[in-house]
Amino acid sequence: MKQKRSLLERAAAVPHMLWAVLFIIGPLLFVLYFAFTDTKGEFSFSNIELLSSYSHIFFLSICFSLVATAFCLLIGYPLAFVMSRAKPSTQKLLTVLLMLPMWISLLIRTYSLMTLLDNGGLVNSLLTSMGLAPVTIVGTGGAVILGMIYDFLPYMVLPIYTSMSKLDGRYLEAAADLGCNGFQTLFRVILPLTVPGIVSGVTMVFVPSISTFYISQKLGGGNFDLIGDTIERQFKFTSTYHVGAALSLVMMILILISIAVMNRFSDSDGEDMPI
Amino acid sequence: MKILSRTYMWVVFALLYAPILVLVIFSFNDGGSLASYTGFSFRWYGELFHDSVALQSLKNSLFLAVSSSLLATLIGTFAALGLDRMRNRYVKGAVNAVTNIPMMNPDIVTGVSLMLLFVAVGGILGLSEILGRWTMLMAHTTFSLPYVILSVLPRFRQFDRTLREAALDLGCTPWQSFYKVELPAILPGVFSGLVMAFTLSLDDFVISHFVSSPDFQTLPLYIYNQTAHNVKYSMYALCTLIIFTILALLLVINFAGSIGKRRKEGAK
Repeated sequence: MKQKRSLLERAAAVPHMLWAVLFIIGPLLFVLYFAFTDTKGEFSFSNIELLSSYSHIFFLSICFSLVATAFCLLIGYPLAFVMSRAKPSTQKLLTVLLMLPMWISLLIRTYSLMTLLDNGGLVNSLLTSMGLAPVTIVGTGGAVILGMIYDFLPYMVLPIYTSMSKLDGRYLEAAADLGCNGFQTLFRVILPLTVPGIVSGVTMVFVPSISTFYISQKLGGGNFDLIGDTIERQFKFTSTYHVGAALSLVMMILILISIAVMNRFSDSDGEDMPI
Repeated sequence: MKILSRTYMWVVFALLYAPILVLVIFSFNDGGSLASYTGFSFRWYGELFHDSVALQSLKNSLFLAVSSSLLATLIGTFAALGLDRMRNRYVKGAVNAVTNIPMMNPDIVTGVSLMLLFVAVGGILGLSEILGRWTMLMAHTTFSLPYVILSVLPRFRQFDRTLREAALDLGCTPWQSFYKVELPAILPGVFSGLVMAFTLSLDDFVISHFVSSPDFQTLPLYIYNQTAHNVKYSMYALCTLIIFTILALLLVINFAGSIGKRRKEGAK
C-alpha cells in the first residue's frame, strides 16, 4: 500500500532533525573536542592521562551507586510484587503514589531528607526526647547512600511493577501444581520473567546515582567527592573545561557500556518465553 | 503472610512520603525550628512573597516553562508526524536513537555538553556572557523534546489511516486532512506532551545549573543557592508551593487522559 507522501509529511521531522544535530550531536562533539585538546586548542591526551589521578573518585562513586542500586532492588522487588498482587483499584492508587515523588524535584526531596536527618532535625530531636543519644547522620557515607536510595527507589519499583503486572497468575498456579515451593516459584518462575523490569529499574537507579552531585553535597556534608561533584567543580568553579570534558566522556562511556551489558543480559533470558 | 506483606508495602510508602510531609508541615511552623512545631503560621510564606529575588525567579521559571514547552511541543508534534510517515528504516532508526540520547545520558552530561557548546559558540561570536535566558530556552527545549515525541508518536500510530484516505477522497487537501481529521485525534497526546514538557522545565535543576548565569535564575536554581550553606525556612514554603503545583498539574494530566478515553469510548 504505497501512498504518495505530501510535502508536509516529508518535511515535518526536518526541524527536529536540525535541532537534534545542533543541540544533541553538536554538544557531544564539543565534549569530545574539549576532552582531546589542551587549553591552547591543540590535540593532546593530557586530560585523559590526568584521569588516573581521579581513579579513587570513580571507585567511590561506583561503590556508592552499586550499593544504592542493590538496596533499591532488595527493597523495591518485594514492594513491586506486593503491589502487583493488590486489588486493581488499589493498584491504581499505588501507582499514583509511586509516581508522585518522581515528579517532585530531586532538589526538594533531597533537601527535605537532609533537614529531617540533620543534627538539629526531627529524627535527632525525637531520639533525644526518648532519652537516647543523638546520632550524626548527615556527613556520613551512609547518608549519601540513603539519599540515593530514597531519591531513586520509585525508579526501581515502577518498571519491575510493570513487568510483574504482565505476569500471568496461572504460571504461579502451574508452578505450585508442579510441586514448586514458594522459593522455587520465586527463583525459577517469577524472577526470570521479570528480568526486563529489573534491568530497566537497575539502569534507572544506577545512572542518576553515579552522576549525582547534589545528594553528596547535601547529605555527605562535603566529605565525599563523587564523579558528579568533580565534574561540577571543573565547570562551575575552576573553569577547567578540558579536564571536566574528559571526566564526562569517561563517565558517559562507562554508563553506555553498563547499559549495553544490562540489555544483553535481558535479551538472553527474559522477554520471550520458551513455550 | 498477607498482613506482613501489606504492612511492608505501607511502611515503604510511609517512609517515601515522610520527609516531604515533614517539609510541608514545617513550612507552616511559626518558630524557626526544624525540631519542634510551635504553632501554625503563614510567616514564611509572607517572607517569601516579600522576597523580590524569589518573585523574579518565579517569573523566569514561568517564562521558561511556557516558552520551552510550547516550542518543544511544536517541534515535537511535527517530528512525531514525520517519524510516523518516514519510510527509510535507517533514517528513522537514527533519528530515534539520537532523540533518545538526552533521556539515556545522565543530566549532568547533557548540561555540561550544552554548556561547552554555548561557551564555545559564544567565544567564536565574541559574546563573553552568552549564558542566560536564551541558552536556557534552548536547553530546556532540547531535554523536553524526546518526552513530547514519546507522548505524541503513539497517537499517530493508533490513528486509523483509512480516515485520512477518506478525507482525501472527499476533497481535502493533505494539509486539511491533517488539520481537520488527524490533529483532533492526536490532540490528547499533544496536550499531555505539553504539560509534561512544562513540568520538566519547571522541575529541572541539573541542566539549568550549567547553562544559566546568576542573572537568570529559575526557582530550582534559587532554591539551590539559598540552601547551599544554611537552612532557610522560606524555602520550605517555596518547596511546598512547588509540590502543590506539581500535584495539580499531575491531576490535570490524569483528568485530561480520562476525558480523552471517555470520549473515545462514547464514540464507539
